Amino acid sequence: MASGQEHPVVRVMNLSKSFEDKSVLRDVSLEILPAETMVIMGGSGCGKSTLLRHMIGSLYPDSGHVELLGQNINDLAEEQLNELRLKFGILFQSGALFNSMTVGENVALPLREHTDLDEQTIQIMVKIKLEQVGLRESIDVMPAELSGGMKKRAGLARAIALDPEIMFYDEPSAGLDPVTTAEIDQLITDLAKKLGVTTVVVTHEMASAFRIADRMAILDQGHLVKVAPKAEFEALRSSAATGDQAMDTIRQFLRGESQGPLTARRSSTGYEDDILSVV
Amino acid sequence: MPATDKTNHRKGQPVTDTTNPIRGIEWAGEDHRVAVVEAQGDIDLRRSSRFQEELLALPDEHPREIVLDLSNVPYMDSSGVASLVKLLARLRRDKVPLKLTGLRPRVRSVFEITRLDTIFDIRATVKEALES
Repeated sequence: MASGQEHPVVRVMNLSKSFEDKSVLRDVSLEILPAETMVIMGGSGCGKSTLLRHMIGSLYPDSGHVELLGQNINDLAEEQLNELRLKFGILFQSGALFNSMTVGENVALPLREHTDLDEQTIQIMVKIKLEQVGLRESIDVMPAELSGGMKKRAGLARAIALDPEIMFYDEPSAGLDPVTTAEIDQLITDLAKKLGVTTVVVTHEMASAFRIADRMAILDQGHLVKVAPKAEFEALRSSAATGDQAMDTIRQFLRGESQGPLTARRSSTGYEDDILSVV
Repeated sequence: MPATDKTNHRKGQPVTDTTNPIRGIEWAGEDHRVAVVEAQGDIDLRRSSRFQEELLALPDEHPREIVLDLSNVPYMDSSGVASLVKLLARLRRDKVPLKLTGLRPRVRSVFEITRLDTIFDIRATVKEALES
């Protein structure tokens, strides 16, 4: 569990990013502590996936920086960044499996590429990882034959092949049914709590977020509007609207309501000018 | 310059910890054929090769049982666990029991999450293992 005395595993410092003239992240700062599970939430287009891509070094900020395990990734040469990447795993939305390889070969790939382990040891490790995600019996199956949930679990087995210290999850429950979602959430929680893996999850699935989070962060229009322990968000979700615009925006998002500041903002942006400008 | 070790498993990584992952072996039992093996330090990608090499040499000593004390192993990753699976497979062929003892909570969690706690004979202490 997080405590204020520990050095952050992930530190985002005053990060801003624009694509052409659209500002996507605005002065975002966030610290994630050892073995904690941080869930980053927000509506579509709020910047949460962009933030994740900065954390894994696949995007570079216009200003600010990201530190992983104490290293500023802006300062790292490609080779150093690749070395750092071996310490973290990523589960992408799609599972990102290679379709030409069996499930077992997919899981073995990082072990073959990045270690000198002998083949027997690799085969044992592959079976261990697949057992961990409940897919050992699918070791020889091709990804095309798997359901969405199984692909996700196979992707997770591959992501944890090298026993990462940090796991990043991009929308892990997207497109999954509620039971499969709960299974994936349990796997995420087991890795975090039993093995002490520092965990960053980007999602807009509220049920998942509340199941797995220690702390939560909400992004809105590129701003980090609230970072707090899960309990604070639970209290906010069950409280009545207060008239405080920022809190009521978060509350509407947490409750998934169609009426509130979020939707009012969408429907009030220049509609009159826009429609009259046609003539 | 830090010492490097050819047993490193992560390609291109220098290894500074050259401590033998096996601290020592004592022979117990009335016939002195029970090998009580004490492991030490983290057993991870950097050290699991040496660990495995030392463990797989044990059957050549013809023990009638092996007790592996992990009480001085703070962390073990899946390459370390895989090394133990290899040892177990070899010993089962020879019908030699293997008992693991003194697992710290973090190491025990690795066995639990991989469900290997159902395959290995895990005991609390060396004393309990020797008396069982």
